[in-house]
Amino acid sequence: MNRFSYSRPGAVSEAVRAVQAEAGAKFIAGGTNLVDLMKYDVERPRRLVDVGALPGLDRIEEQAGGLRIGALVTNSALAYDPRIQERYPLLSRAVLSGASPQLRNAATTGGNLLQRTRCYYFYDTGTPCNKREPGTGCPAVNGVNRIHAILGTSEHCIATHPSDMCVALAALEASVEVTGPGGDRRIALADFHRLPGDQPERDSTLGADEIVTAVQLPPKGFPANYTYLKLRDRQSYAFALVSVAAALEMDGGSIREARLALGGVAHKPWRDPQAEALLRGRPATREAFAEAAALVLKDARGYGGNTFKIELARRAIIRALSQAAAGTPQPIADKHIA
Amino acid sequence: MPVDPAATGAAAASPAGRAPAMQHRITLTINGTRRQMEVAPWTTLLDLLREEMELTGTKKGCDHGQCGACTVLLNGQRINSCLALAVTKDGAEVLTVEGLAAADGTLHPMQAAFVEHDAFQCGYCTPGQICSAVGLLKEGHARSAEEIRELMSGNLCRCGAYPNIVAAIEQAMQQAGVAAR
Amino acid sequence: MPNSETHFGAPRSRVDGRLKVTGAAKYAGEFTAPDLAHGYVVSSAIAKGRITAIDTAAAEAAPGVLRVFTHENRPTTAWLNSSYRDEVAPPGKPFRPLYDAEVVYSGQPVALVVAESFEAARDAAALVRVTYEHAPHETNLRNVLAEAYVPPKERPGIDPPPNPRGDAAAAYAAAPIKVENGYHVAPEHHNPMEPHATTVVWEAGGKLTIHDKIQGAQNTQSYVTSVFSLPKKDVRVIAPFVGGAFGSGLRPQYQLFLAVMASLELKRSVRVVLTRDQMFTFGYRPDTIQTLALGADREGRLQAVMHEAIAGTSPFEDFQEVVVNWSGLAYHCDNVDLKYKLAKIDTYTPLDMRAPGAPLGMFALESGMDELAHALKIDPLELRLRNYAEMDQNTGRQFSSKELRAAYRLGAERFGWARRSHEPRSMREGRELIGWGMATGVWEAGMQQASARATLTAGGKLEVAIATADIGTGTYTILTQIAADALGLRMEDVTARIGDSALPTSPIEGGSWTAASAGSAVQAACYAVRETLLNYARRMENSPLANAGLDHVVFTAGHIALRSDPSRSVSFADAMRAGGVDRIEQEETTAPDKGNMAKFSPYTHAAVFAEVRVDEELGAVRVTRVVDAIAAGRIINPKTARSQIIGGVVFGIGMALTEESMLDHRLGRFMNHNIAEYHLPVNADIREIDVLFVDEEESKANPIGVKGLGEIGIVGTAAAIANAVFHATGKRIRELPITLDKLLD
Repeated sequence: MNRFSYSRPGAVSEAVRAVQAEAGAKFIAGGTNLVDLMKYDVERPRRLVDVGALPGLDRIEEQAGGLRIGALVTNSALAYDPRIQERYPLLSRAVLSGASPQLRNAATTGGNLLQRTRCYYFYDTGTPCNKREPGTGCPAVNGVNRIHAILGTSEHCIATHPSDMCVALAALEASVEVTGPGGDRRIALADFHRLPGDQPERDSTLGADEIVTAVQLPPKGFPANYTYLKLRDRQSYAFALVSVAAALEMDGGSIREARLALGGVAHKPWRDPQAEALLRGRPATREAFAEAAALVLKDARGYGGNTFKIELARRAIIRALSQAAAGTPQPIADKHIA
Repeated sequence: MPVDPAATGAAAASPAGRAPAMQHRITLTINGTRRQMEVAPWTTLLDLLREEMELTGTKKGCDHGQCGACTVLLNGQRINSCLALAVTKDGAEVLTVEGLAAADGTLHPMQAAFVEHDAFQCGYCTPGQICSAVGLLKEGHARSAEEIRELMSGNLCRCGAYPNIVAAIEQAMQQAGVAAR
Repeated sequence: MPNSETHFGAPRSRVDGRLKVTGAAKYAGEFTAPDLAHGYVVSSAIAKGRITAIDTAAAEAAPGVLRVFTHENRPTTAWLNSSYRDEVAPPGKPFRPLYDAEVVYSGQPVALVVAESFEAARDAAALVRVTYEHAPHETNLRNVLAEAYVPPKERPGIDPPPNPRGDAAAAYAAAPIKVENGYHVAPEHHNPMEPHATTVVWEAGGKLTIHDKIQGAQNTQSYVTSVFSLPKKDVRVIAPFVGGAFGSGLRPQYQLFLAVMASLELKRSVRVVLTRDQMFTFGYRPDTIQTLALGADREGRLQAVMHEAIAGTSPFEDFQEVVVNWSGLAYHCDNVDLKYKLAKIDTYTPLDMRAPGAPLGMFALESGMDELAHALKIDPLELRLRNYAEMDQNTGRQFSSKELRAAYRLGAERFGWARRSHEPRSMREGRELIGWGMATGVWEAGMQQASARATLTAGGKLEVAIATADIGTGTYTILTQIAADALGLRMEDVTARIGDSALPTSPIEGGSWTAASAGSAVQAACYAVRETLLNYARRMENSPLANAGLDHVVFTAGHIALRSDPSRSVSFADAMRAGGVDRIEQEETTAPDKGNMAKFSPYTHAAVFAEVRVDEELGAVRVTRVVDAIAAGRIINPKTARSQIIGGVVFGIGMALTEESMLDHRLGRFMNHNIAEYHLPVNADIREIDVLFVDEEESKANPIGVKGLGEIGIVGTAAAIANAVFHATGKRIRELPITLDKLLD
């Protein structure tokens, strides 16, 4: 970990100015990912601007029939908030399936949006990586890629976005409030994270000096028919190989509204509006779910170690939609996959 | 109001382009004792405890939030102290394994339960397990053995004492009046 | 036995428990000194080649940096390879840190930055710039199988495969039932929770006190004295607590060399702690490719066993753990051919990891037995009973004891094996397929020569001392129990001192031999104290014990009393006063009985039963229940013994389902070198584990009738789980770990 200077501004605007004023300055809040990356020398900020105690950003508030989650609300506070549990249980489940209680107590909503990939090569400064050092190459394409992406990849990067929370947020059509030197703006979650293309060093569309201030949840929370299904290499405290957030609105036996997002398969939470459209108005049958899965995965590509994810994702989508339709969400502690 | 913490240290001689070594004055209440100290911004709470305070009960197992050996209670909540920069925790209350037993040496019920159930072998993950378990009880989200297992999964034990850890926590939960199962 | 045993055999809480739950137990990287400097290791990025330039200027100029050590400026150490060979080194040329510009494996230490603080050293380490000239490397064992060789020099203490017996090839050809398959277990890293660490406390005049993460303080001491040409009196190694090791602390690792080197050069105390990543830059459980062929008659009696293993080793040492030998003694078979070869790959030398070799070989053998049972439509347990080995056919010796039949029976009863429907895929609940599998475990019940000292004070306090270690195994506790029983004391009156090179000689703690070796030595030393004490008591004027021999007295509550009339007794204090001493100190050495060793084979046995639930569609496997029935002689402490077995089973679950060190062969580097991506089992992975100890009378393996427990718990566990997965799904997975992708087809 390099040496750096540190400041703790008292207001968002000051924080933005502090980061803008110094090349290599970065915001820090919970620190659970940034400090981790700094110890690996993957991140080497010149200054840390501590936004962790900024006032007013640690609240969950009613807004326009939905909820506004301050960027500093911790993952634990979010997941266990009664309003979230009641109205957006999909989000609660997703958050609780990620990391560990200790990490969730420290990690923030804003930080979770911005957490970086778990790609082995990205984390290892002894190896090339286009995301870490643009132009050095991507050894994962022909290397150890069990955890890598199958959708939306480029020859430059096959890393995945590791968040569980963001997968649920994508399904819920959340949006992100940000502020920066150019003022406030709102970014739809679908547009917040990006695909690697030829700029894998950029994870999101957030501007360099911008800061996330809140996440907005629209009114629709799908509290009756949802599931967050996470498949991983051990029963807890592991990143998703594949995860599926499924949220349905049912009209008797048929689907009125469908949301479907995948984690662990792409550089961003992978939402497929076409597959959702296909489900709309259809009876909730395995056939319909299988068609939707096929549509989601039609352009999926494996790289050897991760090729299994295509079949796994297909089955996981079907299972998640079935669970959602039946109103039997996947429990977090019960490892029996219902 | 700007709270740029008092930067008391002068810039140390350092190679061109390198950030200066700044010390920051912070206050922490550690195991009930309030202390003022100067810390560099890159010092983690874990390294501060182990290297500066000689409170080596809090363990460094991975230094990256992957094992839970460094778990302490920060303002009553369990966190990985390895990922917390001390400077960012100014004003916090920190409880480590050294602060759990009573002043007369009587073990905390969780510590006693760990001994009774042989909930450890090498002992290296143990302080983190115990602090985590104390935090777990406080949170109140675990009611069954299954939930204990899930919510204690942030604490790795390579010796594999998990079944005994769960048994110890169940006992401590019962003593604390929380219904288990 | 002049004393009744009150502690031996009783469940006792760990005597070091309080220290461990309060955080007071000190591990290697936690000792300190007023002038302590901190070392941080820089690791190589390439697998093979040479360093053409190493620029340390920026690092040296960084604040707080004292020195950057590289191959260019390292001090001279011992010349001969043999000086670097530690107590358990395999044949070859041990790795020498910072020796020259050659890079022989990825992650090799190439520099040590020493600074005033940990953070300063870490910061500066990132500023060291290394330029390499790459050389072609090979880390893929499958690419070098053609070059596999029988190790020309045996590793001391590790028997090579026995000579073939009978005619296995012909018997196999003639057998009506055959199974032949390849098996593979992924390389694994030990990953004890405590990273490797060494703190060297330097005293003016050059005396060193070294706190090292090591399973035998004397192994570190002899390595340091030999490498750095120091007199033994100037090097003391103290390691009272070891935060898990599982074999990773058997050999001194490079942080020891670096810390001592820096300390001697800088003439001050130095600590070097490895990062978790660097825990993947030394020994590991080797990549091993196996083939197994079993031939049987129609009743399932084995006609032929052919088992070959090819294991990866480093370019510089021939690590050996043999793998196949257990296949020659686990079952009765007259035609056996076992082969073990090595092939060199460009990694560090593999290292003994919990039951080295056995869980690999037994995964193949026990999977093969299950395949045989399936082919014959015989209950897998019945098949094992039909092939029960009454003697060790590898050596022609009788087993010193073997209650494996009882283990099978009691384990099966506890598990409910009789209710198993043997057809694969025949048990399910909802979306989950349920599988029940079983396997046999076997492991050496060794004993090594060891010495111990016992010191009794007139106040009735007893201290026993031996240089062994407690790596979480419970050594402190069982030695306390044995000593307390020997003199009829309460455990609170006994102190066990271990983990110090200045104490009487002990082998490293490994091989599951510590209870037998250290336990026997401690008991012998205590018995010697007892004899001396009785002699003093008999010499007293009007002694009530004047004519009493050891068989006529009991030692209890600080007194020696006549067995026939306990009211006639002499207190320890009075006896010592009569002897004119205020303490009695005795040192004794015990060793295996040569006569017994020539006639008997001491082995520990296990019968492992596992239940898995497999999501039929998603392939996710959960181990919901394990019963491990153990035949291990006498159990000193059922409480800590149970923990040892549970720990072994958890290790086995990791091997079966989650653990895999993944090499990028193009880079020659283990890539998931952290414990977020190297998946140790977590609490949620582990459910019911039921441990049974069956009665087993053991009188030949060692004086105290015990067998070690540190390793038997893993042997057979992975096989039982793989067999359960087959029973659940009908899919035979011969490559561990059984991750869900392997069950998707």
